[in-house]
Amino acid sequence: MARITLSKLRHSYFPVPYKEEHWALKQLDLEWEDGGAYALLGPSGCGKTTLLNIISGLLVPTEGQILFDGKDVSHLPPEKRQIAQVFQFPVVYDTMTVRDNLAFPLRNRRVPEAEIAERVREIAEMTDLTPTLGNRASHLTADGKQKISLGRGLVRTDVNAILFDEPLTVIDPHLKFRLRAKLKELQQRIALTMIYVTHDQTEALTFADRVVVMNMGEVVQIGTPSDLFDRPHHTFVGHFIGSPGMNVLPCAIDNGKAVVAGHVIETANRISKDAALTEVGVRPEFVSLASQGLEARIVRVSDAGRFRIVSTECAAGPVKLLAGDDIEIPADGARLRFDPANTRIYADGWLAGSEADR
Amino acid sequence: MLELKSVEKTVGIETHIHPTDLTLEPGSFNILLGTTLAGKTTLMQLMAGLERPTSGEVWFNGKNVTGVAVQKRNVSIVYQQFINYPNMTVYENIASPLRVARMSGQEIEKRVGGLAEMLRISSMLDRRPSELSGGQQQRCAIARALAKESEMILLDEPLANLDFKLREELRDELPRIFQERDCVVVYATTEPTEALLFGGKTAAMHHGRVIDFGPTGQAYRQPVNLLAAKVFSEPPINTASITKKGARFVLNDKVHWPVPDRLKSLRDGAYTMGIRPHHVSPLKVGETPVAVEGIVHIAELSGSESMIHFDAYGDSWVSLSHGVHPFDAGAKATLYADVSRCLYFDEDERLVAVSEQREAV
Amino acid sequence: MNKTVNQKGWLFVAPVVLLVAFNALIPLMTVVNYSVQETFGDNLFFWAGLRWFVDILASPRFHDSLVRQLIFTFSILLIEVPLGVAVALAMPRKGIGVSVCLVFMAMPLLIPWNVVGSMWNIFALPDIGFLGWALNAIGIDYNFTQDPVDAWFTLIFMDVWHWTSLVVLLAYAGLVAIPDDYYQAAKIDGARPWAVFRYIQLPKMRRVLTIAVLLRFMDSFNIYTEPFVLTGGGPGNSTTLLSIDLVKIALGQFDLGPAAAMSLIYFLVILLSSWIFYTLMMRGEES
Repeated sequence: MARITLSKLRHSYFPVPYKEEHWALKQLDLEWEDGGAYALLGPSGCGKTTLLNIISGLLVPTEGQILFDGKDVSHLPPEKRQIAQVFQFPVVYDTMTVRDNLAFPLRNRRVPEAEIAERVREIAEMTDLTPTLGNRASHLTADGKQKISLGRGLVRTDVNAILFDEPLTVIDPHLKFRLRAKLKELQQRIALTMIYVTHDQTEALTFADRVVVMNMGEVVQIGTPSDLFDRPHHTFVGHFIGSPGMNVLPCAIDNGKAVVAGHVIETANRISKDAALTEVGVRPEFVSLASQGLEARIVRVSDAGRFRIVSTECAAGPVKLLAGDDIEIPADGARLRFDPANTRIYADGWLAGSEADR
Repeated sequence: MLELKSVEKTVGIETHIHPTDLTLEPGSFNILLGTTLAGKTTLMQLMAGLERPTSGEVWFNGKNVTGVAVQKRNVSIVYQQFINYPNMTVYENIASPLRVARMSGQEIEKRVGGLAEMLRISSMLDRRPSELSGGQQQRCAIARALAKESEMILLDEPLANLDFKLREELRDELPRIFQERDCVVVYATTEPTEALLFGGKTAAMHHGRVIDFGPTGQAYRQPVNLLAAKVFSEPPINTASITKKGARFVLNDKVHWPVPDRLKSLRDGAYTMGIRPHHVSPLKVGETPVAVEGIVHIAELSGSESMIHFDAYGDSWVSLSHGVHPFDAGAKATLYADVSRCLYFDEDERLVAVSEQREAV
Repeated sequence: MNKTVNQKGWLFVAPVVLLVAFNALIPLMTVVNYSVQETFGDNLFFWAGLRWFVDILASPRFHDSLVRQLIFTFSILLIEVPLGVAVALAMPRKGIGVSVCLVFMAMPLLIPWNVVGSMWNIFALPDIGFLGWALNAIGIDYNFTQDPVDAWFTLIFMDVWHWTSLVVLLAYAGLVAIPDDYYQAAKIDGARPWAVFRYIQLPKMRRVLTIAVLLRFMDSFNIYTEPFVLTGGGPGNSTTLLSIDLVKIALGQFDLGPAAAMSLIYFLVILLSSWIFYTLMMRGEES
């Protein structure tokens, strides 16, 4: 178990980086507490895999340090870092039984057999692998194999952290649902630092206590799942988290207040400084059909089962809103109301005003 | 119009598709919904003519096309893997079916321009597929499938290999793209939500059978049987055995509720109830909330929603609700099932009726 | 799930079926025909029944060459397979070194077999060949044309030189197909190189190694040109392998009947052993 610190970390795949876009990871300072559950969330190519490889020791960062409990491990090879990893494609030792797979890391470390048997029994119980212990690992389904890879990490007592690299991507939806709940359960039961890398917001938000949202090699926001949903610090976070993502509309500023297509919009924050681009962001959950407000045309209504997604078009751009079964949706013209407590002004993409500084 | 008449596919002693009758209207958007190995891909191959049925016939627009090879039919296919010609530019990729059809250069330019516009890849026409992101590669493949005026377009889990957000984006655009065409569109997916968002008609598949087929909203809200309800629920639908005793449905001593008027005529006896996770909430909401006592297995909180896995009198249930509702694992909890949204199934697991009759979407 | 039976497929296979028929089946039938008859030329045939088979199976000469054949085959398998795997493991996985190594490895395979025989014949001659000269120069009494042990050593050495590359190339193909994740997982699990080899590389190479062993087994059982050119089966009969013996009987003595019977026995031995090999190596895969 360890506290993980990333200090002034930068990485480039170019031998001599001299342009901003040469950096796959721009300057990064992060502190991950011992026993915390973290997620790295972002689209493909955002740098999350690069960061994961730096933590696991596959890559040595171009600049900066990575520290485990204050000790610099930037140049230590993976096997010396005491880190376990679950990969996207399940890795199991095909010729071994499930039991031998789980015992493998301990046998390699010459732990006495009696102790191994005890640990394996315990971990198998935890990961629901007990009934299959005697089976060949290659005969398990994909989710079973992922449990084995996880079990091989959990079985050791010297592990600093467990890394998950998109562990649910290749698993069928109905199995994914169960394995996701299982991972969450283990995360609550085991006091180990866990880092989960994914492009899937649901996985990141349900798994982690704190989520690091990355885009183009930069950390955009770090926060609890509620923070990210309720107070996105950047329009990217608003868009990337939530399904459908946050509506972002260009706005004019009058006296610190947002004006969209001639309507003054009440917002939770105010803007004090000048900005080249000002926008208003509001999640579809906080937009409702009202008797007055922003005029919009209804483009399409799609049924998501639990709710309906109403796509509208106002003078400033498209706006989506969620409507329950009980709400009547007018055929053509509608007026939209944005919930002031959950509507915010963004300046050049970033949350404007004092709220961002808290 | 595509008609499958008692189409069956067996390989050796294995039956991949049990005898299936299916009629797909021209201009319709049809979804094949089911898990991996439910038979979606095989059924599509039978439709396209990539496979020949073991027995039964395939008719297209009133003509028997059983055994007519895919090249001789006017069919386009988009796969899960992004399949483009790697050594051609995006423009050439989209133009390739048109060149085969010997269209004039001017016409091709117009068509490719239009398609690229629609799929938002206009700025990438002179790049090669390897220089594009996954989402853009799949857009290119879809544009190519749309280029020739196919009478049928088959899409086999085209979004499965894409990032979550890209998937969302294309999900939003696809219905619009297919709207103006009067070809038969068939779309295979493993995800119920995707089927719902596309609308159209949905065929729920399980182990090589089409178990339910109808307008998507109806197939979702009034599945013909318990199996179809399970196929069309994500997270899985909660179920419990109940008994009808006179005017009440009884789950156990503590949990029972009045039988809705419409179902009063049902005879007393054993039934199975099904209720989807979003109709079970930690809050007392909905038309007729009925308290269910449970032991929480795990609560997954996502910042705006809570998914609570719990044990309800021996059955594993899930509640999905708005808001953040933390529960400790192992804690006792009271959750409320809105029984007005219940589905009831008889002893043969056939739907008897929904509590509240809804309009088909 | 996607596999299918397509009747048209036969059309595509037909040319191969015809080719095999002309190439293998018809000659085989001719051999079967010869094996049960006695001939003295001039197209005169007499029914011999199973006499040739009985004779051959009982003849010490056949036993001796069969034993020699088995010793040869198992020796080269025991050397070439482990050596091939070892070389494949040592080869680089990335960079310019890969192509250099691959070209280098492919070279012996491209040389015509009779040339290999002649090359080694000259190379190993004790007076003018470099190998023979060098061995004698360091005090080893070496003469493969007279000493059976030396002849065997040269024969096996030649085969190893010629064919280990094939095993290397197959094993290498198996190795590069293993995803990096496996190596990474093994490192994380603290596996030492031997464990990585035993639990990752070897299981993942199983299929290609099965093919390699089968190919080498069948080829070495059939080997003719190289030993014929190198030693001609001598000194004495010490390196007379089955195929050499067969040709001696068939062409040297023109005993077509016994030669045909021996060919069939030979054919069945190869078929049977290959089948045993294959089932043994695949059994682990299934269970």
